[in-house]
Amino acid sequence: MIMNTLPIIENNIWQPEFECMRRDDLEALQLQRLKKAVQRASALPFYQEKLPAEKLTADSIRSLDDLRRLPMTTKADLRDNYPLGFMGVTRNEIARYQGTSGTTGKPTWVAYTQQDVVNWSNLCARFLVAGGLKREHTVQLSFGFGLFTGGFGLHFGIEQVGAAIIPISSGNSERQLMCMLDLQPEILICTPSYALKLMDTLGQGDIDRSKLNLKHAFFGGEPWTENMRTRIEEGMGIRCWNNYGLAEIQGPGVSGECAYRNGMHFQEDQFIFEVVDPQTLEPLPDGERGEIVITPLVREGFPLLRYRTRDIGFIYNDGECPCGRTSRRMSRILGRTDDMLIIRGVNVFPSQIETALLKIDSLAPHYMIEVSRPEAMDEVTVHIEMRPEMFSDSMIEMQNIRREISGAIAQVTGLHIKVNLVSPNTLERFEGKARRVIDHRKLVD
Amino acid sequence: MKIHQISLFLENKPGHLNAICRTLAQNDINIVTLSLADTQQFGIVRLIVEEWEKARDALEKSGYVVNVREVVAATVADRPGGMAELLDSIDKSGVNIEYMYAFTSKHGSEAVLVFRFDEPDRAIEALKASGRNVLDAPSLFAK
Repeated sequence: MIMNTLPIIENNIWQPEFECMRRDDLEALQLQRLKKAVQRASALPFYQEKLPAEKLTADSIRSLDDLRRLPMTTKADLRDNYPLGFMGVTRNEIARYQGTSGTTGKPTWVAYTQQDVVNWSNLCARFLVAGGLKREHTVQLSFGFGLFTGGFGLHFGIEQVGAAIIPISSGNSERQLMCMLDLQPEILICTPSYALKLMDTLGQGDIDRSKLNLKHAFFGGEPWTENMRTRIEEGMGIRCWNNYGLAEIQGPGVSGECAYRNGMHFQEDQFIFEVVDPQTLEPLPDGERGEIVITPLVREGFPLLRYRTRDIGFIYNDGECPCGRTSRRMSRILGRTDDMLIIRGVNVFPSQIETALLKIDSLAPHYMIEVSRPEAMDEVTVHIEMRPEMFSDSMIEMQNIRREISGAIAQVTGLHIKVNLVSPNTLERFEGKARRVIDHRKLVD
Repeated sequence: MKIHQISLFLENKPGHLNAICRTLAQNDINIVTLSLADTQQFGIVRLIVEEWEKARDALEKSGYVVNVREVVAATVADRPGGMAELLDSIDKSGVNIEYMYAFTSKHGSEAVLVFRFDEPDRAIEALKASGRNVLDAPSLFAK
């Protein structure tokens, strides 16, 4: 049975000087870094408007509790200050730009200094090493390379460790498996749903699992469940590791699992984590579910204060982890406070669909987004109620309209989505805020 | 010399076509002819009825997406080669047929062809020049 071949888990630590710091030393370092972070943020007009000058200086921060007096930052704030209102340094100090989806047609741009890129690489190295990556390994990196932080973020993290990288990017399952067979990588990095797809392809194809050298996989970019982990671990005979991050804060490497797999270690020397009630914004005790709020402490290019991630999770309250790291640990992502969907690792907001539809018809038709995962991969259908302005007696024109709609959606979201035209007044109506999404996927155990 | 055609958006689901017919029946509107264009997912119903304004209003009131379009109707002999002869004159004119459908008249030995052309006026000219009988509404509904 494949199960018996699961690799032994070793407890390796990339930067023990930070990861295993004594709690009081860690908190002293956090305070010192928070003062600097506030100073950096004080250069941004957004924070100047939110706080009087005397409260936005390093001296105004005397303890970590003073963090609570600082304003929060939201995705909407980033959009309102498009494109680079939160850039913390001058343009010529920026070494990298990445992007993530915005709530409407435009992306959210994030900027990194050279130092930010180095820090990010080390943070990715931390969770990779924690999950078994070694210098002598070869890694098949099946995240898309581009504005998405997954590809280049992990690339630099692997390079930091010194392992070999196969930057194969995403897509083409047969080619992915051929690469796994021919180059014998020990490590796979992709979204969990793509791993399921690869597993299915492996099951159908001619490649013998025992001829592969795969031992570990790191999954990120979308929420997944313990059930999915068990399915992939048993099906492929590999260990699968969870990690978390978001472009606004950095990208992958914000937290990740260690050998004990009892939650994801926050990289607390570089970020301060809070879990708050999404309505009252009051802090919640460890163990309670709420919105994760993150303050990057050393980020120069994009110095946000108290960024509301909209991700729901909780902090474990069962004491320190036996692995030796002193950081607190967070749960899997259990949901969102907004209506953002993660489709095949890509963030999609219903408002983006609306933006796309407005390009076709100035009065956006009523629509509903249906998401399912029939096999391994997410499938999205947008149901759109026909309006007289969109209707034609010519089938060619109707097909063109459909193509135009899916083209406009692809342009805004980067995803190819099925378009289903339906009769007027057949989609459900809601009082108050419309519920635009039906998600049939099981994303939480 | 053009005829008003009503077209409707139709989901490709059981009962949807019947619902349209019921609405017309309740309003005492007779369907002279119809054509259905369909995909796996949706269809377009095209109808020729005498009281097209009444039909349009009734269907819109029932919540359908309705579109009215002028089409060209012409008669051909109801015998082998009848249609081919007519199409010869269309081909020569260079006008493109976007779609068409046909029905036979209740009396006589003629069939009626209904066309949507990309250039209807040029098509009518070409048909008339080759001696074809292009129908206006009264003569169509008399058929």
